[in-house]
Amino acid sequence: MTDGQLSWRPAKADVRSEPRLVRTIIIALTVLFLTVFVVLPLLIVFAQAFSRGAVAYLAALAEPEAVSAIKLTLIVAAISVGLNLVFGLIAAWAIAKFEFPGKTFLITLVDLPFSVSPVISGLVFVLLFGAQGYFGPWLQSHDIRILFAVPGIALATTFVTFPFVARALIPLMHEQGTLEEEAALSLGASGLQTFFRVTLPNIKWGVLYGVLLCNARAMGEFGAVSVVSGHIRGETNTMPLLVEILYNEYQFVAAFAIASLLAMLALITLIAKTVLERHLDEGLQPRDD
Amino acid sequence: MNAGAGRRNTLPGFGLTMGLTLTWLSIIILIPLAGLFLKTFELSLDQFIAIVTSRRTLHALKISFGLSFAAALVNLVMGAIIVWALVRYRFPGRRIFDAIVDIPFALPTAVAGIALTSLFAQKGWLGAPLAELGIKVAFTPLGIFVAMVFIGIPFVVRTVQPVLIDLDVEIEEAAASLGANRWHTISRVIVPSLTPALLTGFALAFARAIGEYGSVIFIAGNLPNVSEIAPLLIVIRLSEFRYADATAIAVVMLLASFLVIFIVNRLQRWAQTRVPAY
Repeated sequence: MTDGQLSWRPAKADVRSEPRLVRTIIIALTVLFLTVFVVLPLLIVFAQAFSRGAVAYLAALAEPEAVSAIKLTLIVAAISVGLNLVFGLIAAWAIAKFEFPGKTFLITLVDLPFSVSPVISGLVFVLLFGAQGYFGPWLQSHDIRILFAVPGIALATTFVTFPFVARALIPLMHEQGTLEEEAALSLGASGLQTFFRVTLPNIKWGVLYGVLLCNARAMGEFGAVSVVSGHIRGETNTMPLLVEILYNEYQFVAAFAIASLLAMLALITLIAKTVLERHLDEGLQPRDD
Repeated sequence: MNAGAGRRNTLPGFGLTMGLTLTWLSIIILIPLAGLFLKTFELSLDQFIAIVTSRRTLHALKISFGLSFAAALVNLVMGAIIVWALVRYRFPGRRIFDAIVDIPFALPTAVAGIALTSLFAQKGWLGAPLAELGIKVAFTPLGIFVAMVFIGIPFVVRTVQPVLIDLDVEIEEAAASLGANRWHTISRVIVPSLTPALLTGFALAFARAIGEYGSVIFIAGNLPNVSEIAPLLIVIRLSEFRYADATAIAVVMLLASFLVIFIVNRLQRWAQTRVPAY
């Protein structure tokens, strides 16, 4: 074929593109939609938080109620991230490094909390540990408080954040296979040595990735925690719960001040996530060929 | 070493780690969920039906399912447009817009809830101009819809984006060189390859919106039989100590989510699309 025969077609670059007008409309819709639904909600959090100036903002954060909510949020996140990290490593080892029947089903079960409404995630623990729940009377007679106390909040948060670490690790460990571990074992390393010296260094970015997302969700969880917390002021209010209470009391500056901390957490998480994704891609590339 | 050697591997710890996995999974996830279903069996079938079909429950379920479906449809269309712009075009701020698509995932739902509410309230940045047009968003079912659109958009974008990036350029060029115009190439070649991912994204956005609580309740208005979502009705029934009612509504919603998971799994097997990790 000669160039002459091809000349009635658009240039090669244009074969894969649309007319300028269509392109402009698509880009405009994208920018407009993301501005309205993402940029503006994020901006308004900070605009409202600082609407009475930095002094009012800082004063709101220094309120004893705010301080206790921040502390509780950190404690609960530490508990549930810690539990899910240990579980995630164990589950990922069993699921990714071995072949067994029912593997897909097991992964579906691990993923289950993602598909359960946060409210239901809280409800199930009320049904177990509430006064009318299965273990309620026994707990009461032994004077153990789970519901409307830190253990209940931690449990509900652990439920909601259950899949994050395991999910970040399973595909990664599966892709890395078992050859390096087998080599270590054949050279005389013990199982634990192999795990800590061979497997863990290979998945460190994946672990961080899972912990990052797990932590963001743990600190920000609202629905599940709201159901089990009991909203005892200064005691069982996490930051998201305090945001709700302050907002409903028309203390907008204070509500948005706490909200701004959570928004910053979200932004930092996103930035760290982007950086980690780059590390994860690099980590996988040499193994592809 | 060949691939066959990896299959029967000699790594230690399968029994121990599998045992711990199943135990922990049972304690945190399976037993609590089983408790919910067990509680439902304390109700007779007539009682269950009476609760679920009571006017208020039925309306809440209709609101949750109906608006979630509508919002997921918007997510499907807008998600496709956004993915197309982010993957195929170059424009100023593209990388930033790409990164902030994840904000609805990352922003705690209560924060999203109060932010959307003050944005769309009658004196809000967007609420005020909309009010002049006679459109009221906050504290109406439209507000619920807006919050659901917000929460669902990353699901479609992040499910479809990797598929469009991996789409073989040569197929499009082949279609074009065989005389297909751009519209034909898109509708007959590109859209069919993206369909499984688009449907997966749609299903995930739909499922998320049905169960969504935090970002919706602030903007919803929460009037019974008008703007009350099913998750809120569960919370209300719990606070009234009407556990049976709360449980029955929860079971209906759970079964719906399980159906969606099943469909998504089928879709994934159909097309090997990856679901984003959220």
